[in-house]
Amino acid sequence: MASKSWLNILTFLCGSAIGFFFCSQLFSILLGEQGDTQPNILHNDPHARHSDDNGQNHPEGQMNFNADSSQHKDENTDIAENLYQKVKILCWVMTGPQNLEKKAKHVKATWAQRCNKVLFMSSEENKDFPTVGLKTKEGRDQLYWKTIKAFQYVHDHYLEDADWFMKADDDTYVILDNLRWLLSKYSPEKPIYFGRRFKPFVKQGYMSGGAGYVLSKEALKRFIDAFKTEKCTHSSSIEDLALGKCMEVMNVEAGDSRDTTGKETFHPFVPEHHLIKSYLPRTFWYWNYNYYPPVQGPGCCSDLAVSFHYVDSTTMYELEYLVYHLRAYGYLYRYQPALPENILKEVSQVNKNEDPKVKLGNP
Amino acid sequence: MLSEGSSFLKGVMIGSIFYALITVLGHIKIGHGNRMHHHEHHHLQAPNKEEILKISEDERMELSRSFRVYCIILVKPRDVSLWAAVKETWTKHCDKAEFFSSEDVKVFESINMETNDMWLMMKKAYKYAFDKYSDQYNWFFLARPTTFAIIENLKYFLLKKDPSQPFYIGHTIKSGDFEYVSVEGGIVLSVESLKRLNSLLNTSEKCPEQGGMIWKISEDKQLAVCLKYAGVFAENAEDAEGKDVFNTKSVGLFIKEAMTNHPDQVVEGCCSDMAVTFNGLTPNQMHVMMYGVYRLRGFGHTFNDALIFLPPNGSDND
Repeated sequence: MASKSWLNILTFLCGSAIGFFFCSQLFSILLGEQGDTQPNILHNDPHARHSDDNGQNHPEGQMNFNADSSQHKDENTDIAENLYQKVKILCWVMTGPQNLEKKAKHVKATWAQRCNKVLFMSSEENKDFPTVGLKTKEGRDQLYWKTIKAFQYVHDHYLEDADWFMKADDDTYVILDNLRWLLSKYSPEKPIYFGRRFKPFVKQGYMSGGAGYVLSKEALKRFIDAFKTEKCTHSSSIEDLALGKCMEVMNVEAGDSRDTTGKETFHPFVPEHHLIKSYLPRTFWYWNYNYYPPVQGPGCCSDLAVSFHYVDSTTMYELEYLVYHLRAYGYLYRYQPALPENILKEVSQVNKNEDPKVKLGNP
Repeated sequence: MLSEGSSFLKGVMIGSIFYALITVLGHIKIGHGNRMHHHEHHHLQAPNKEEILKISEDERMELSRSFRVYCIILVKPRDVSLWAAVKETWTKHCDKAEFFSSEDVKVFESINMETNDMWLMMKKAYKYAFDKYSDQYNWFFLARPTTFAIIENLKYFLLKKDPSQPFYIGHTIKSGDFEYVSVEGGIVLSVESLKRLNSLLNTSEKCPEQGGMIWKISEDKQLAVCLKYAGVFAENAEDAEGKDVFNTKSVGLFIKEAMTNHPDQVVEGCCSDMAVTFNGLTPNQMHVMMYGVYRLRGFGHTFNDALIFLPPNGSDND
């Protein structure tokens, strides 16, 4: 008799526990915790005008609900635009048929638009993307051959359309404004090229392929000439090294791309790998390759970085957001580099107002 | 057999009724405060700068210095790596930042709240802040170490807000009829709100001692309940386009979602240019944000800002 009532109590307790739990689930579904329902950006949402705003003068620009205009309303891009006209850069992006949707698409949606001209180089032509067909095969061992053909194409069709010719991968993120600032000090008639300089194998060093490199017009001419006159070999499985060797043979100088405080601008990895001390192990090849003393931590990277490599699709957009959108309002950057002389003259004529942000002549 | 079955069923019924009763009572208790101060849900806007731009640089600097933000970061021993990252990064931009921990942790200096209960920690931290600093700081920002904050953007957001008014700002979440600021996005209180909160902290019917009745209610909800009794209401912070400025997700997560939901406008639809917080970052990501926000930029893009903020002394990552 005792055991029977114990059993009853047990089933009763079980039942109440299950009832309790079941009810809690039901209630949470019904009451529906309105979590982070991010409001759809309804541009005509009356809530966008808060009653607090009544006293203020709304500038006309706010009636235009173009996604970016009000955020960038106080942005002055005169200097960047001036450099865009003065330092013409043609970018060509090394890609392939299988990477158009996965990688090249995101390059196209972000930094590629800032080149004066951009070309996507693939083994096959694609009229829709569009890509230039180099009529090669794909594969790591084809990279140098693709590079030669790509530069050949650029030389034959666009030589006079640009001053500088940049090669990047479809997982490289390039900040064109900073590249223009770097190159503005040099003449495109000078035989020189820039990138992340590595020291082994080539006396003057060579530039990392992934971090991207940029040739002056004269350097491009000499590179193309090298194959006509057979001064450089076509066959190599290491694209950046082979190009670097050829540059040396053709007396094209390997430039120093570091900023005025000695910080690197072209980066073979993503920011995290450079900024975090001991991210890259001490035994990693990188430490022995860098031409200049390599730095980990905040000193790794210039404020005016030009490129990062091994950038996946998400990181492309993140970098785009961090470079061109998110900023600390009113912040006076520590690094305030000088404008190049010729730009300086033009800009100060145009802008009579002293802009406290543009500290001129502060190395 | 039959009697067991029926006792089981009786059990299910009693259990469900019991739960329903508790929930309803709980909602009445929270809802009661609601009815007292009915107000419209509204959004707080970032200010418009036109008038400010007319003042001189010196006046702008003085205006910038008038915002004094005290940062409270609630930490537990398991947060050690995030704690380190937060200490080395964004908190250097607070006018003052202090860490409040559940217990003493050897590696870092902190103010020991001597409790594991988050709500109790929060109450004690706010009380400490009020007692010690209510005359030196006018805004109080509370965060967990998973959050990355841009204090300059916070100050810009607060530009036209009078700290002697009761502000309680952040990323709000609605729970039925009840709205609260999520601790994950960071909580901003004006000194007036802190004052009012402090006067209620010892009243246990309004500001409960610990957790909820049967199960714990999160500390950010508790705070909202308490503040409501003091006539302080949560407000969601947005920029001129209606984008949230306090975020409970990381940039990476926003980007991933944008790539799925609107792949043609990933960055444009992602996040505010004037974002104040992001949450859910790893320690490494905090260092990357520091570089991305305070250093990395495109040359030749300048801004004529209404406020001026100088880099902090003795720091090399900004």
